[in-house]
Amino acid sequence: MNLVEQMRGLAMHRINAMVLRYWYLLRSSWPRMLELIYWPALQIITWGFLQSYISQNAGFFAQAGGTLIGAVILWDILFRGQLGFSISFLEEMWARNLGNLMMSPLKPIEFLMALMIMSLVRLAIGIIPMVILAAVFFHFNLLNFGLPLIVFFCNLIFTSWSLGIFVSGLVLRNGLGAESIVWTLMFGLMPLVCVYYPVSVLPGWLQPVAWCLPPTYVFEGMRALLFDQVFRADLMLGALAINAVLFAVSFASFLLLLNSAKRAGSLISGGE
Amino acid sequence: MTGEYGAGSVAHLAFGAMMTHRTPAMTVEHIKQSSPAMRDPDAPAAIDVAHLVKVYKTNRAVDDISFSIARGSITGLLGGNGAGKTTTIAMIMGLVLPTSGKVSVLGHAMPEQAADVLGRMNFESPYVDMPMRLTVRQNLTVFGKLYAVRNLRERIAQLASDLDLTDFIDRASGKLSAGQKTRVALAKALINEPELLLLDEPTASLDPDTADWIRGHLEKYCRGHNATILLASHNMLEVERLCDRVIIMKKGRVEDDDSPGGILQRYNRTTLEDVFLDVARGRDREAAQ
Repeated sequence: MNLVEQMRGLAMHRINAMVLRYWYLLRSSWPRMLELIYWPALQIITWGFLQSYISQNAGFFAQAGGTLIGAVILWDILFRGQLGFSISFLEEMWARNLGNLMMSPLKPIEFLMALMIMSLVRLAIGIIPMVILAAVFFHFNLLNFGLPLIVFFCNLIFTSWSLGIFVSGLVLRNGLGAESIVWTLMFGLMPLVCVYYPVSVLPGWLQPVAWCLPPTYVFEGMRALLFDQVFRADLMLGALAINAVLFAVSFASFLLLLNSAKRAGSLISGGE
Repeated sequence: MTGEYGAGSVAHLAFGAMMTHRTPAMTVEHIKQSSPAMRDPDAPAAIDVAHLVKVYKTNRAVDDISFSIARGSITGLLGGNGAGKTTTIAMIMGLVLPTSGKVSVLGHAMPEQAADVLGRMNFESPYVDMPMRLTVRQNLTVFGKLYAVRNLRERIAQLASDLDLTDFIDRASGKLSAGQKTRVALAKALINEPELLLLDEPTASLDPDTADWIRGHLEKYCRGHNATILLASHNMLEVERLCDRVIIMKKGRVEDDDSPGGILQRYNRTTLEDVFLDVARGRDREAAQ
């Protein structure tokens, strides 16, 4: 059951149905909606003030104004992209609805595509206010990145989906006992992807590991753009190539974990 | 139900009448002879299970069972806790992969050809829920779209009327009583007018009145659509009332398989509950006689 087989007979109406299901859910709960905005807003305010303070006292940061804020926003795209994907998946586990879905004509690839769309929706709800706050209060306009922003965004969102798919597979196989991985996995990667510092800061033996992760290329690319006003296309192509491998591996893992869950009977909670 | 089987309306009326006035002596052979599907020798059985085995680590949950279920019939899967009913149904649905053996549903191998057949079947089980925060209408809309139901609004309105959901159709599913939730789950199971309906304890935890009402509706649906129903149950009255055929499972094996009348006769008992107790307590049919 590979990606090509999955893509055969792909039906938009089933993807739409799942997006509609999550949209109904989001609409029905104002705390869910508020939470999407609250944390990114808090994040940008805290880091924005820190950036303002540092830039008043350190010439280096004053030169590269917005490095911290830019890094915070890009990190949030990565983090919230994965969370937006995984939380929609967890909603099915919490609602004990997975059996209904697995028994319906919905294909795993369609389910995952709906989760990807929802991660974009949830991301937009959280990130747009964050970007506006950064512009209004800290005079940092993310759109000044120009076209590179699109490449940054695509690379980050592809990584977040790959991780989201893999983690969802783990939860599918191991049940809600594995839920904590959803919340913590990305923080485990944070030191390695060099959000706030260049890769050269890492010890030599750790640097190759960092370069295996696509977000590292994005954050390096962002710093090159802000410090040197250079768009590093080579970095972005490297990130895209690794992302393609990561996505294929995570999708294959998801299908393997789904099959393993079916072998172990994990999809029928309770029962005999 | 007309069209699919040509002059099916007359045959179906006869079939429906037979279902209504079932006698204990009626066997699956009677059903097979009367079922419109069986008049087409090429029509595959609704469900074909061959030498099915499921082993969880060291536990042999299903142990080499085989049976075939004719289209248009209602079959009860009886057995105590741990008998293997839920695992069997889950393997038929493709939610659990067998250790060995084969399952075919409506002529398609499961789970390999699941995509060809999942839209033509549906299920209800106490082990799954409908999303609680969504209203009944929203849930039915989502599942209707998943199953590509045509004229979805009309279909939901019809189900709401048939299953008496109208009063709470715009209420969140999580705020419904157990009986209301079961009716909604049944509406979801019927949304695509399935040819095959798999029900795992469809009336569990319901009061007798609601349970009876649900059974009546299932019977009506099966007659009206020539649908096949396989239901797992602990409720002997339910099985006696609904089923043309009973498969009794114990410790993962098929202990007996016949019409309710045939089983009662063989065990020399007057109710399936007595038969169930005989089987559960290890009194085989000779001892029972």
